Amino acid sequence: MDFTLSANQQAVAYLVSAVLFIFALKGLTHPSTARRGNFLGMIGMALAIGATLLGAEVTSYGLIALAVLLGAPIGIYVALRIQMTAMPQLVAALHSFVGMAAVLVAIGTFLNRRAAGTLDAVLMGEISAGIVIGAITFTGSVIAFAKLQGIMSGAPIKFPGQHALNAAIAIATLLLAVHFAMTGALWSLILMTLLAFVLGGTLIIPIGGADMPVIISMLNSYSGWAAAATGFTLQNNLLIIVGALVGFAGAILSYIMCRAMNRSIINVVFGGFGTGEGGESSAGAQAAEKGVKSASVEDAVYWMEDAGKVIIIPGYGMAVAQAQHALKDLMELLEARGVEVKFAIHPVAGRMPGHMNVLLAEADIPYDHVLEMDEINPEFANTDVALVVGANDVVNPAAKSDKSSPIYGMPILEAGKARQVYFLKRSMRPGYSGVDNLLFYQDNTSLVFGDAKDTIEGMVTVLKGGGH
Amino acid sequence: MTETLIALYAFVLACFIGYYVIWGVTPSLHTPLLALTNAISGIVVVGALLVAGLAEAGPVATGMGFVAVLIASINVFGGFLVTHRMLSMFKKNKK
Repeated sequence: MDFTLSANQQAVAYLVSAVLFIFALKGLTHPSTARRGNFLGMIGMALAIGATLLGAEVTSYGLIALAVLLGAPIGIYVALRIQMTAMPQLVAALHSFVGMAAVLVAIGTFLNRRAAGTLDAVLMGEISAGIVIGAITFTGSVIAFAKLQGIMSGAPIKFPGQHALNAAIAIATLLLAVHFAMTGALWSLILMTLLAFVLGGTLIIPIGGADMPVIISMLNSYSGWAAAATGFTLQNNLLIIVGALVGFAGAILSYIMCRAMNRSIINVVFGGFGTGEGGESSAGAQAAEKGVKSASVEDAVYWMEDAGKVIIIPGYGMAVAQAQHALKDLMELLEARGVEVKFAIHPVAGRMPGHMNVLLAEADIPYDHVLEMDEINPEFANTDVALVVGANDVVNPAAKSDKSSPIYGMPILEAGKARQVYFLKRSMRPGYSGVDNLLFYQDNTSLVFGDAKDTIEGMVTVLKGGGH
Repeated sequence: MTETLIALYAFVLACFIGYYVIWGVTPSLHTPLLALTNAISGIVVVGALLVAGLAEAGPVATGMGFVAVLIASINVFGGFLVTHRMLSMFKKNKK
């Protein structure tokens, strides 16, 4: 190729690209501007890649073309085929790729610079940072992926001395990084890399399935810092800027998720509550024992079809049962009868931030029907029916009233204030926190037992079949 | 001012931009935000290109660059496309 960009031309292209990425993220301020934002991001990426390829540093193109020809179809195939319920897994997998790419780039840069004889302590420190952050991101994300995909149990894996072991690995990794930066010894580089991979795993295994929204956000943040560290290694300001943007995206999401559970990030990282599994048992018998009311599908429909307003509260159970499409039918039938239907989303509902919103959007439920916790809470008091579909802890009044409860202080959706609450449940087992739900025992609450999707389809059938 | 210090300037200022831009993202789009940041952190592909594209590099470094370009391009193509797919689902009430 005879056309080569000068370093300054390349830097200008990178600057434009960075600005486009900022606008891309800014586009997500509202659903109406979000798609345009995504396109700006694509342009920014194309510009950055083009400017890099045309720069003086890239001189050999064959392997690059081959790698892109292999990678791009995989990405396109997965993006087109992935189920929306599997988005958390996909995001975890993509985080792991960023981590691995950062490790490979850092080691590759080390080898190239060593061959050229241009290593120095600052550079090797930056290389260490890229490797360590990238490696932790990689194995951490692989574990998160395995837990989400069900390859590994969602239950926290804990053993005595776990925190001490993690601390020991972290300190050893740090010492090796310092040793490597000062000496450039290959063995300390390799050992540091291996230890960082191990640390990524041991840091994530004690965290339970229900804390996944925080973990995904945290790993998102790590993947950003890994990109930034790569930027420092390569003296590339574009990578540094993008890395900082992504790093903050993940950090802010982690903060929002923790606040929505009234827990500190430290508590989540070291706490490990939330098993993600539980035993099924004879639901009806247990219910009677504990003094809760159960209701039939017909009862619930009877209340809903004459209601002025119904608020539906989806949780992870809705995703598991794939009940979102049935909910859309229910919404339309109720609306045809003049009932106002809204959806209330708790920030930590599901396995990743915004999980419920995407599933409802997939089912063609308009986003202006879907409200966040703070917007909708004042509305419950004048709501006729609150329908809880696969959510549990996020509507538990114990979070407000019971100081001894582990979830005390967590902000909740105030479903219990509705005139009538129907709680769709498969069994009497408690939520992920393992805490019994006080809402079950409220006078205005009835439980409808069964699979969420079957129950809602049953409601739809009743609504279609018989006008009262 | 050394190159590293200039880089530090860019980094710190970008952190502030990140902070304010991300707080503006609506909670209903937090999943697309994760997917979009997946896509744009595929920007490590730039680093990967630099490693893979150095003609005089040794085989180990070139191999690492090759794999890095491959997986980063999965991120770039997959990330933007899945974000687009998700965002296309967010519709306002037709009525």
